[in-house]
Amino acid sequence: MMSNENELSHRFEINGRDFSNAGRASTSIKEILQEIGIDSSIIVRAAIASYEAEMNVVMYAHRAVLTLNVTPEKLHLKLEDEGPGIENIDLAMKEGFSTATDEMREMGFGAGMGLPNIKRNADEFEISSTPGKGTTLKITICLDSTQKK
Amino acid sequence: MPKKTKMTLKEIKELLQAEVITGIDSLDLEIEFAGGSDLMSDVLAFGKPGILLLTGLSNAQSVRTANIIDAKAIVYVRGKKPDKMGIKEAREKGIPLLSTKYMMFTACGLLFCHGLPGVSGLTPKKR
Repeated sequence: MMSNENELSHRFEINGRDFSNAGRASTSIKEILQEIGIDSSIIVRAAIASYEAEMNVVMYAHRAVLTLNVTPEKLHLKLEDEGPGIENIDLAMKEGFSTATDEMREMGFGAGMGLPNIKRNADEFEISSTPGKGTTLKITICLDSTQKK
Repeated sequence: MPKKTKMTLKEIKELLQAEVITGIDSLDLEIEFAGGSDLMSDVLAFGKPGILLLTGLSNAQSVRTANIIDAKAIVYVRGKKPDKMGIKEAREKGIPLLSTKYMMFTACGLLFCHGLPGVSGLTPKKR
């Protein structure tokens, strides 16, 4: 953890296939945001985006680093994974498109809602991917009430 | 159409003949609306803080999802019960867990007929 008067930063490591711990990083992020007094409606949006991103890593990637960075104006979540990447991002962004296995569906995920859910909860959302290497997500949520969704 | 009403967890427990897995001290919690799904991505998409979540998904992800969206409590349907990890995490987060033998359709129907609205707040037109 890094923090100064105006900025806070936390780093989490997520492992692919680690279903027993899936969601713990996002649970911690929620607790951190509660501790620093972020508005509850922002916390829910950040927690949902983070949780969907975390589940994607557990389901599809080998490992990832998730970074939370909070400034007075914005909340940033950056997720960089090492994994198969996404061949067709436009297709992956469509609700209902999924390459999930039965095991993933038994966990209650894999319905093709993850990336659209992340985008819906973000004010800014960027995704880039290199097939065979990995995927990077950048999620920004404005803390200023005049800019938020 | 039933008149919209709030229900306490105790009333919900009695209506659904449910067993309390954890949260026996929280039965006076007031529930204003509910939603049911086995699909956690759907819950993350439609869930709102304060929801009563009905689900047949009994692993720890149900509890983690409920915590992420600030759900008030979970009712497991079809007699399901969460695993030990789920129960432990629910206790830590203060999320009451109930289990009813009714299936999803019947459990939701009983609550709706009693006046508990769905998460969307939309109610069907009178016929």
